[in-house]
Amino acid sequence: MAPLEKRLACKPADYKSDVKPIWCPGCGDYHVLMSFTRAFAELGLPPEEIVVVSGIGCSSRIPAYTNCYGFHGVHGRSLALASGLKVTRPELTVVVASGDGDGYSIGGNHFLHACRRNIDMTYVVMDNRIYGMTKGQPSPTTEPEFDTALSPGGTGLRPFHPLVIALASGANFVARCFSGEPNETASILVEAIRHPGFSFVEILSPCVTYRPDEREWKALVHPAPVGATNDPAKAARRIMTDDGFNIGVLFRGDRKPFQPSFGQVTADISELEKDFEL
Amino acid sequence: MSKPATGPKISNLADLFAIAYQIEADAVDRYELLASQMETHNNPDLVAAFRDLARAEAIHRDEIRRLAGDIDVVAHARKVAKWSQGESPEEVDIGAAHYLMTPWHALQLALAGEKRALAFFTSVVETTKDPAVKTMAAEFVEEEAEHVNLVHRLLRKHPRPPDSWSDDPDPPSSQD
Repeated sequence: MAPLEKRLACKPADYKSDVKPIWCPGCGDYHVLMSFTRAFAELGLPPEEIVVVSGIGCSSRIPAYTNCYGFHGVHGRSLALASGLKVTRPELTVVVASGDGDGYSIGGNHFLHACRRNIDMTYVVMDNRIYGMTKGQPSPTTEPEFDTALSPGGTGLRPFHPLVIALASGANFVARCFSGEPNETASILVEAIRHPGFSFVEILSPCVTYRPDEREWKALVHPAPVGATNDPAKAARRIMTDDGFNIGVLFRGDRKPFQPSFGQVTADISELEKDFEL
Repeated sequence: MSKPATGPKISNLADLFAIAYQIEADAVDRYELLASQMETHNNPDLVAAFRDLARAEAIHRDEIRRLAGDIDVVAHARKVAKWSQGESPEEVDIGAAHYLMTPWHALQLALAGEKRALAFFTSVVETTKDPAVKTMAAEFVEEEAEHVNLVHRLLRKHPRPPDSWSDDPDPPSSQD
């Protein structure tokens, strides 16, 4: 843990790298990056005590734009990477960034089991209901009637419901944010990171290039009419009946995080190599 | 949600200078970010427009720092310049950016920011009980009003583009 004066000295700009983002102008992910850096500064965490892990996609570029440790992993596998990291280095703050394609389709299975395991980390999914990086294919959260040349007449498929699935699978903190409200999002990220166990934060983050209609989200989002509950069934019921634009913390659980104890590691490399000899 | 920004509390002159300084510093950062976006997307007119706006805000930021004298506005701003809802008044909406936007759009964003700053300092004048804060905030109101006027003048040089401004003969979308 860094000394107090160092922790207090951090400001949002200290968490930004020199790499310029190449997202499209108007992309919600710019705001999410701001929310990350504002949240880290509010927490007073030195950059070297934070690891931002991601998979593949527009949203997953975010580790490169921060000055923290980062791991830009393979498609859909960010939670597997982050789980291994957190159980072996529990003193680090682990934040995982993903998108609706990376997180709910390719990484869907890891999502379920990360919620179930309840390892103490924060999973942020920037949901724009489209695969942006690969030019506009429908994702698991795309509306069934979204009609494009790649999905003529729409997919006709019922969208994935990530918040309810997270609750059913055991996530310990569930929230929904809107990227266009970066200070509110930062406050929720602070709470998510502080909350023990697996915290899941869905951020509605418009893709202005392939979903220009999502510019209207700004007018659609509104605060959730009631505060968070600690009853997952009640939270799920509320989420199932909302319009998809309720913003705020929706569930705060009290499950104990999973943190295995490894004890003292005594083997040296040569001994480990022997175990793998054919 | 588009809630009005909930500003920080101003209890004394040091708070006012620090918050005014931070408003301008945030504006500089935001315009620089937009200029950088436009550079990436090869829109040189907008790179120039946003860099000009950043320079103008930087002059104002530095002037506030000079006016503050012995007050360490940078350190004090870190403690007091917190916006619980919405962003700082002159942080223009990056969600409104578009890779084909024109100087008219940039100035519209700037105008909205200047008007928010004007409203913020006006509310300080109207609500503070500290005479020194009221006097200084009234000066900031005058300055922000000048900025609003300046943007209006600039808009006369950059009229509204035709509705086809966002038409792209080679659009990024491969789906249609």
